[in-house]
Formats: sequence, C-alpha cells, structure tokens
Amino acid sequence: MGRPGGQTFTGAGRPSHYRDHTMTDAGPSVVRAGDLTPELVDTDIWSEQLLFDAGIPILEAPLISVGGGIGSFVLVDHLRICGVRTESLRVLTPLSTPWESFAYLTRVSQVPIGARLRSDSSACPDNIWGFPSYALREAVGADTVRGFLAPLWQVLTEPLLAEHYTPRVGQVLDWMARESRRIRYPEMVATGQVRMVRRRAAGGYFTILTTPEWNTAAARRIAFRSTYVHLAVGYAGLKFLPDIATYRESTRNSSRVVNAYEPHEHVYDQLRSRPGTVLVRGSGIVASRILHRLIDERNTHGLQTRVVHIFGSYVSGPHGPRFMRRGGGDGFAYQAFDDPKAVWGGQLRDRARRTEGAERAAFYDSLGATSTPYRRNWQIQLATARAEGWYSTVIGEVDALEAGSDDLITARIQSGDSVLASFVIDCAGLESDIGEQRILADLLQHTGAGRNPLGRLDVEPSFEVRGTRSGRGRLYASGAATHGSYLPGVDTFLGLQIAAQEIADDLAAEGFCPRLNLFRSAREWFRWATNRVL
Amino acid sequence: MTYSLAGRMHTRIVLFAVIGGIWTALIAPILPTRLPLGRSYEMSFTVLGLIIVLGLLWELLYHLLQQYRWDKDWPTAFSLLAGVPEGTLIWLLLGTDTWFWDVPVTARGYWLLFVSIWLVVWVALSGPIRVLLVRRRWRGGKLFG
Repeated sequence: MGRPGGQTFTGAGRPSHYRDHTMTDAGPSVVRAGDLTPELVDTDIWSEQLLFDAGIPILEAPLISVGGGIGSFVLVDHLRICGVRTESLRVLTPLSTPWESFAYLTRVSQVPIGARLRSDSSACPDNIWGFPSYALREAVGADTVRGFLAPLWQVLTEPLLAEHYTPRVGQVLDWMARESRRIRYPEMVATGQVRMVRRRAAGGYFTILTTPEWNTAAARRIAFRSTYVHLAVGYAGLKFLPDIATYRESTRNSSRVVNAYEPHEHVYDQLRSRPGTVLVRGSGIVASRILHRLIDERNTHGLQTRVVHIFGSYVSGPHGPRFMRRGGGDGFAYQAFDDPKAVWGGQLRDRARRTEGAERAAFYDSLGATSTPYRRNWQIQLATARAEGWYSTVIGEVDALEAGSDDLITARIQSGDSVLASFVIDCAGLESDIGEQRILADLLQHTGAGRNPLGRLDVEPSFEVRGTRSGRGRLYASGAATHGSYLPGVDTFLGLQIAAQEIADDLAAEGFCPRLNLFRSAREWFRWATNRVL
Repeated sequence: MTYSLAGRMHTRIVLFAVIGGIWTALIAPILPTRLPLGRSYEMSFTVLGLIIVLGLLWELLYHLLQQYRWDKDWPTAFSLLAGVPEGTLIWLLLGTDTWFWDVPVTARGYWLLFVSIWLVVWVALSGPIRVLLVRRRWRGGKLFG
C-alpha cells in the first residue's frame, strides 16, 4: 500500500522508551515497541494503567470513526456541517481515500468509471441534502442542449416513461473528492488497521490502531481514547458457495471459478483467445453486469462465447401478494434499487421501525430476495442472445463442481443435469458472517454487542450498538454490519446518510454538536454550493 | 418521493399553506380577476384553501394508489399531473352556486392562479425544500412527530 495522504502518527509526546533504536549492518533499525499483551486481550474493560503497562501510547479524540470508507465519510461530513471541528474527529482506516473500496468493488464487478450505478439521483454521499441531485448537476454541466434536457426529462418521467436516472461512477467519485477537500477530510485520517474497540473503565472507549509497517516512527499500536466511536467497517468479506469453495480447495486453482467481486479480467482475456462457455450464477445486479460485459465482449470482438445461466430460484413473472407485488420475468426479479424505495424514508421504513425479533426477519423477507433493475439495453441484449441460441438458462442448485479434462469444469445440478463450462462466475453475492470480521468479532466477545434478528450487529434506531454503552460514551455502527436493523438498505448511499443523520442527531442530544436546524442547514447548504472550505 | 400518509398530510397542510401562501400573496394583486384587490385576495386564498382542504381527501386516494406500487413511492410526475384533476374539481366547484362563498372568478384568473401555485409548490418540493428541511425526505414527508 502506498503512503496515504492522511495524517500519520510520529509518536510525538510519547516517552522515549517506546522506541528502541539498534544498529545493524544495514543501518539503524527500529524495534517498534508497544504491543497488545495477553492481559489486555483478555480484559473486557481497560484502564489507562493497563495500556501504560503494555507500552501502548494513548492519543485523544472525542469521536473516532473506524473504517474510513463511505460510511465514515458521510458521518464525518454530517458532523463537520453541524459545526464539529477537524480536531474533534479522527478516522482510523487503512484506505487512502473514502471511496477506495467502493471504486475497487465497482470496477471488478464490471461497473467501469463511465457506467451508471444502481443509485437514485438524490442519493448523494457528497451532499447531505440530496439537492441539487446528480441529474440536475449533470444537466447543468452538459455542453449540449440535448445533454441538458436528457437527464432532466429522465428524472421527470422516471420510472413511468423512462428508467430511473442513475449517476455515473465517475460523477459520484468526483463530487466526493470535492467534498472531501471542502471538509478537510484528509486532515482527520489516521492511517492503520484497527484491531479492537474496548470500553474504558472511566467511561468512553479505547480503539487500538495498528500502525502501518512503513511508519517506523510510530509505536506498533496506538490507543485512541474517545467518548464516541463509530464503526463503519464495510462488508465482512466474500463468502463462496460451498461447491465453489470445495472446488477451489481441491484443485488449488482459483482462475477458472471466480467470484464476481474478485478481479477476473483474465476470464475475458482468455475468452478472446479461445472460445468457451461461461457459467453465470446468481440473478442480481452483479449477474446482470457480468452478462452485459460478456455480451459486449462477444459483440465487440466477434467471439463465440456461450453463456449458461443457473438460477437457484427462477422468477417467471410478477410475483407477491396484491399490495407487495414485484415485477419479474426470464428468471429475474425486477426492482429499480437495492430495496423498494420506501425503505429509505417512506412507509416501509416506518413499518420496519415497528418490528422486533422474528417479525423483523419476516419483514425483511417480504421485501423480496435478489433483484436487478429492468434496463432496456440489457433486455435487448439477452433477448438477442436467447434468439441466437448462445444464452441458455438452467434452474436448480449446483451440487458440485468437478475438474475435467482440457480445463473444463463440470457442474452437477441437483436435478441430475450437468453443464460443461470453461469458467464459472459466481454472482450470488454471499457475505461472510460478521464474526469473521476481527473488530466485530471482538466487539461481540468483549464489548457487550449482540446480534440482530438477521445475525448482524444489533443497533438501536439511533444506530447505537446495543449493550455497549460505557459511561457517557456511545458506540455507533452503520453500513453492512448492521443489515437487519430498523432501517433496511443500510449498506447503500442513502442508508449510510440516514444513519449519519440519526447518529448526528443523537450526538447533538448528547451535547457533542449543534443540531442541524433549518437556519444552519440553509447556511451550510449555501457554503456547500459555493464550495467554501470548512 | 416516498410518502407516508402522515407525511402527505403534513406536506399538504403546512407546505402548501406556507409556500402556496407566500406565492398567493405575491400574485393575487396582479391576477387578471377584474376584481378589487380585497376581492382578488379573497378569491385567491379561497382557491388555496380548497387546494389544501380537498387535498386532504385527494391524498387518501393517492395513498391508496401508492399501495399498488412495489416501491411504495410516488413518482414526481404523479405529483405534477395530480394538478389536472385537482384543478378541474376546484374549478367545477367554484362554478356551482351551492357553496357558501360567492366569488366571481374568471377562467384566466383562476387557472393562472392554480397552475402557478401548483408549479411553485411542486418545484419547491422536488428539491429545494430539502435545503431547509433536511430530515423530511427520510421521514416520509413528515415535518414533526
């Protein structure tokens, strides 16, 4: 990893015995002192003395945000707009920019920088008001009359005459970069990997940051003492379907059976040099993107690629009861965004807010499983592919993948069928359990956090993690780790922003910052519009 | 917009009264009503009052229709086009003599007033309102509670 532009800790203010310089043949080497001791690891609630004994220096910041992705960014943005100074906020992250992970995941899952996301025009991580929306900004920035009118016409008529307007990846990233400069985000970043968050005996929390290897001037671990902690650590990790995991372990070959969220350009490269069959699994937006890429490749390079698409559950048409009826067809369930729109602030959000326990799980079920947006160009591509006979569908679960001769893979389907393919691309989008994520696992074990009805981190409507309160201190979490909370769609731009809003309001009630009222909101919006640095 | 029923009612009462009220106060003196200023204001605010009061009933219908939508949303075009039936109903009501008011309205005066109120409120609700009421869009349109 390159040296990020953020603040790094040189160890200033620490007793000198934390560093031990020795001379070697190659020159001076620095033994980095200050590490976790078994006593610290085993103790749920820490004191300053415990850290001092371990030689871990303590730094102070009123609020720590752990993660440093878009979840941290939107909370910090919100708090800066509420009037919190940069000195009061620290973002602990291994990322060099808040959009690094997002940009990486979109790129490998076949959403190039110029492609459009599956995101609403007013879901703007750079602008808490969602005004002007991306459509309006695209119109204003257009060079032609058509370029000006097209996005406006689309938001006016969506989703009736036109598909939903969605912004381009590059547009979202550019605006986030602008906002990052405006709120002086890089000044608040401390680079490193967070290892754990523990309660502090006298209230608040200690967050342990493992500093990067290149930063030899810093202690190996630094403890950040804070009253408030926010966790936005993203997805716990990719989880492979059991048959895929078995195949990859037994063959020790992960180049022919890939997850769509892994870099897999080699699949497209090899298909250009040698025709083959690709087995696509999953029926969500990622499957649609992969199909789109495969078809584009075929068309652009005149390839003979064949695609077999396996559906675990095949949606043949509109489905669901009268008042919860969703569109569908050709195997796919159609939905504009990740969830029905009203989960981010309409009647579905109100309903989710009133559910607990099993009722919550049932409510999430009623929102339907995997879906993809109905996009006209994708429909045309697939219709053509079906008509020309090189795209076929199979319904059923895969029992096993077996390596065959000539680099081919045999997929055994439960129905007894089998499919021969050169590559398998898994778009099922399984996520690991939060227990696989080190910070969250530690939180569950040592800090009193529990699981919600969907097995993720249990949070209050204010996004405070239940069971983790420490004196005046509050621990919040947002994003994918809290999926299953009172707010469906937490791991989306809007979900993260709503969480940020709720957390900021809770912090305002605690006296940490002013509440964003009508006047402050208007003034701050004007500052945003004029790009005034805060 | 993804309205809840309460959010629809708050929007119809408070935002139509405030935004529509300011606009009505500004435009009433220059409307081609062929009425003295006082009567022109009376007519204009009667129309705004009807938009709000009858609107509460319309909102019930819209909320019912919204239930048939998977996304439980209300596309912006619906909000704009709702002006057609709503404006027509008020025009027809004003033309009857069975009501307790007696406001002589001209077609030009009425439609200029109605269409302009409708457009001003629609434009404001389509985006700029979020600058002032930052939480509204996440609460189904509710302003308080």
